[in-house]
Amino acid sequence: MRPWSYILSALFVVALAAPAMAANSITVKGSTTVLPIMQRAVEAFIAETGTPVAVSGGGSSNGIKALLDGSTDIAMASRKMKGKEIKLAESKKLTPVEHVIALDAVIPIVHPSNPVNNLTKDQLKAIYEGNITNWKEVGGPDAKIIVISRDTSSGTYETWHKIVMKKARVFPGALLQASSGAVLQAVSKNKNAIAYDGIGYINNTVKPLSVDGIKGSATTAKDKSYPVARTLQIYTSSAPSPAATQLVEFILSPKGQDIVEQAGFIRR
Amino acid sequence: MRISRQHKEMAIHGSFFAIASTSILVLTLIMVFLIMEGLPIFNDVSVPNFLFGKYWYPTDDPPDFGILPMITGSLAVTALSSCIAIPLGLMTAIYLAEIASPRMRSIIKPLVEMLQALPSVVIGFFGMVVVAPLLQQWFGIATGLNLFNASVMLAFMAVPTITSIAEDAIYSVPEELRAASLALGATKWQTISNVVIPASLSGISTAVILGMARSIGETMVVLMVAGGAAMTPTSIFDPVRPMPASIAAEMAEAPFQSEHYYALFATGMVLFIFTLIFNILAAYIAEKKKQIGTATL
Repeated sequence: MRPWSYILSALFVVALAAPAMAANSITVKGSTTVLPIMQRAVEAFIAETGTPVAVSGGGSSNGIKALLDGSTDIAMASRKMKGKEIKLAESKKLTPVEHVIALDAVIPIVHPSNPVNNLTKDQLKAIYEGNITNWKEVGGPDAKIIVISRDTSSGTYETWHKIVMKKARVFPGALLQASSGAVLQAVSKNKNAIAYDGIGYINNTVKPLSVDGIKGSATTAKDKSYPVARTLQIYTSSAPSPAATQLVEFILSPKGQDIVEQAGFIRR
Repeated sequence: MRISRQHKEMAIHGSFFAIASTSILVLTLIMVFLIMEGLPIFNDVSVPNFLFGKYWYPTDDPPDFGILPMITGSLAVTALSSCIAIPLGLMTAIYLAEIASPRMRSIIKPLVEMLQALPSVVIGFFGMVVVAPLLQQWFGIATGLNLFNASVMLAFMAVPTITSIAEDAIYSVPEELRAASLALGATKWQTISNVVIPASLSGISTAVILGMARSIGETMVVLMVAGGAAMTPTSIFDPVRPMPASIAAEMAEAPFQSEHYYALFATGMVLFIFTLIFNILAAYIAEKKKQIGTATL
């Protein structure tokens, strides 16, 4: 019994300490929205170069904070650096370098039989707050709107929550689906449903809606005319380590950008 | 050199002990881990606010960590699926043990047990793609992803558990009891309802409780078909979000050791307490009503 417990607790300690021990590797930290891109990119990067990379989430703010205090090489952020953070960087005589690695556009979707083509941002907000509950209020048939949302941890939710909801709460009666695929499945099976999904996932089983009269596409996201879109970026210090530079270049390369698309986002 | 019989015996004894303690040790470690990762949330939220809070907005600023809708969701799907699964499971068990011909039994019993081998994700997919649209059509309800659908799918999964354990219990009732009952002039039905079932009650209770424990802990099915609205249901066609679904949906992207992460582990603790109660209850009933010989009836 004794030896067993020693071995197991030793294993346990090793497992816990492993991330901390990789001292000469690259560390990447920050936005959970960028995390799925980074994880795929890092897998391919490690397979190609063998350089160890430690990736963790924690949110954009934590990533930038870690970059400024020197505890990470690369910070992932689903937003640009804020004025306060830029000032903090200046006070530390740091000039973080921004690299836009992808665009994210989130598009409202309905069942193909739904006659509604366009909704304004305010209408979408009211639907997700539970204030508009019937399709006839927005020019559709007389039927209850089935509101489908994502789990609050997803990056798609975060984009929606920030740009459409303006940080107001989605009402508790909204259905929750845990993945982009499940959202699509649920909308294609319910003619009164509305949901939103990352542009990379949408196919012909559902009907995408325009927002404020503008159709969501890679083009309208890039020229910023489509409102529910944002850029995803990574920040490095002004003099990153060679390994970190290599990783940034890998993500910006065509191969890295293919990975961006596989993760459901738009090439930069 | 020959090892003495005594040493051999000791070696076998020791190795079995070691293997058994490893699995127990691992389980204990998992439990310790669960508690260690769950407790820190109570620095931010009080226990009553966590258990009885009505709102779950873990990523908002400031966040709300109330899991009451999840607890009621879990209890609701478990209760409703039990209402479907218990009668079905027990009647199947009685039929198999008492009424079916040996040939019939040898065909049906393996079939029912095979149902148990259906992966939960397959049942969930069936519920999502086939049952949900049908429910929408038949009942004219807004969404087929709801409490009722999840309960039916969970009942599918609980029936084999209930049937196979209950059938074993009923089948093992000594033949003398049946013979005595019939000899006294009781009909077959009277024998089943007044003699056989009371005699196998402990096994049947265990079957029911383990079936319910299966329902409350099941994750994939409720994640896929329960709808996932974090609110206390008011009708059987309301969408719900049971605790396992909430954990599974959010854990992957909750920042490591954030409040949200701790809150999900704490939800896991609550769930663990529920299943623990079910299992203790099953063990207690099995122990208390244990049948000793044939004379205990």
